[in-house]
Amino acid sequence: MGSADLIALWISFRLAATTTLLLLLLCTPLAWWLAMGASRWRVLVDAVVSLPLVLPPTVLGFYLLILLGPAGSLGGVLQRLGLPAPAFSFSGLVIGSMLYSLPFAVQPLRDAFQSVGARALEAAATLRASPWNRFFTVAVPLASRGILTAVVLSFAHTLGEFGVVLMIGGNIPGRTQTASIALFDHTEALEYGAAYRLSATLVAICFALLLIVYTANRRLRATGLPA
Amino acid sequence: MTLALRVALARAEFALEVTCDIPTRGITGLFGRSASGKTTLLRCIAGLERKARARIEFNGEIWQDQHRFVPAHRRAVGYVFQESSLFPHLDVRGNLEFGLRRVPAGQRRMGFDEAVALLDLSALLRQRAPRLSGGERQRVAIAQALLTSPQLLLMDEPLSNLDQSSKAEILPHLERLRDSAAIPIIYVSHALGEIMRLADHLLLLEAGRVRAAGPLQQLLVREDLPLGHFEDSGCVFDATVEAHDPSYQLTYVRIAAGRLAISLKPVAVGHRIRVRINARDVSLALKPPELTSIANILPATVATLSDDRDPAQTLVRLALGAEPLLARITRRSAAQLGIAPGTQLYALVKSVALMESSARDLTW
Repeated sequence: MGSADLIALWISFRLAATTTLLLLLLCTPLAWWLAMGASRWRVLVDAVVSLPLVLPPTVLGFYLLILLGPAGSLGGVLQRLGLPAPAFSFSGLVIGSMLYSLPFAVQPLRDAFQSVGARALEAAATLRASPWNRFFTVAVPLASRGILTAVVLSFAHTLGEFGVVLMIGGNIPGRTQTASIALFDHTEALEYGAAYRLSATLVAICFALLLIVYTANRRLRATGLPA
Repeated sequence: MTLALRVALARAEFALEVTCDIPTRGITGLFGRSASGKTTLLRCIAGLERKARARIEFNGEIWQDQHRFVPAHRRAVGYVFQESSLFPHLDVRGNLEFGLRRVPAGQRRMGFDEAVALLDLSALLRQRAPRLSGGERQRVAIAQALLTSPQLLLMDEPLSNLDQSSKAEILPHLERLRDSAAIPIIYVSHALGEIMRLADHLLLLEAGRVRAAGPLQQLLVREDLPLGHFEDSGCVFDATVEAHDPSYQLTYVRIAAGRLAISLKPVAVGHRIRVRINARDVSLALKPPELTSIANILPATVATLSDDRDPAQTLVRLALGAEPLLARITRRSAAQLGIAPGTQLYALVKSVALMESSARDLTW
């Protein structure tokens, strides 16, 4: 595999890891609110969060480009503050990936928190556990399968995305060219050998990830945790 | 020492509006039909209902008023839920230690081994909660709540989801708890049999309001309450085992008004037991009868007479010293004997039952 491809793979991996971590931090409180809250805005938020599932990735990428580019409203503001516009940079890729993979993190987390239920948390409260303590010692262990699913789905989905990163990142080798874009370039240039190698690597990585999830899920189920 | 309650909370089915004082000793039975507000009141006491407008004062400590809301994890209550609330990701030991670990060592009043022994859990410690039977789960839940060293134990129909044999398995543990641990308990139930067996005080709820409150013995014989009109209406007495007579297979127990003979029970002399006398098992005589097969004859004074559900019968409330006793006799007998309030007579008790799981549960 060429060094350009290795760099593209590394960028994909970094992007997926960063996106997953940030999504986990952002989506946990959001999913908690969606699962436990009583606000009537929940339906609306649920629908907005699910939007990236049905939008063509290029549509999302186009809007982001308009918003985050040097001439865009947000990008322009950042530039006037002396900060770089996120378009055509790694941070732009992260923002795009987070939006695009948002439902893949929120939905498993929301369902997992819902299955924890109010009863277990009330019982923990009467057993002297403070709200934060209840979250970490009851909700997180009981939701662990959903959390794992959210992590792996966000990671794998970010690894495989194409349209959003192409639009917002601009396919700059060594900076914003991810593995899936490099693969497209190889195919365009009829470099089938390189395309084969890159494809096989991506298949292997994704398969390994799923294998981890299913193994861990089986083990967690054996301990009697709810699905 | 009381739990002073003033609670208002609107629900879809009823509006809870309770003002009462609950003594913080012994077991207080919280009794009423479903949707009368029993569970909601218990949740308010525990601090699980943030929306309740309430003033809750426990032994002088304010848990809730207009300005304050002590959250559930800071109230010294233990809570046993109706259905299992054990953590499925922990084994029995982990569940028991969950609350114990969160109580500072200096405030612990019951140790791990003590709770395990009290509820007979030593064989279950390594089991995971989902593998336990219903009765085992409730025993673990009770021990779990006790290990937080609560100053008040709240139990929400802990037996209602269990079959007869599991109930029979748990009730002796509850009696032991009542007699050994000095923890006041509020016990929600819609089974009068459970309440009669366990409670010292009774709080009767009806459509979210207090219908009556007071000592169990007194409330059981109140004519204006629905309690006295069950077919099996009767009274309970706390008795002390005095002697056993194996030759006649009898056990003698003492209540304030005298001595009673019951079928031989394997209970040590000196122990406290609760016995029940059903109204239909009590006959009345104006003179101490001679030559009778009835062994338990107690002098009594008529307090009141009231109509029974059956128009041919009348319910006579008697005073055995300070304790009340109900007799159900025919109206004709009452008229022929000239029974009226103040009449001195003798209560002939045909049978005395030890309160145990054989007592059929009376439910609404």
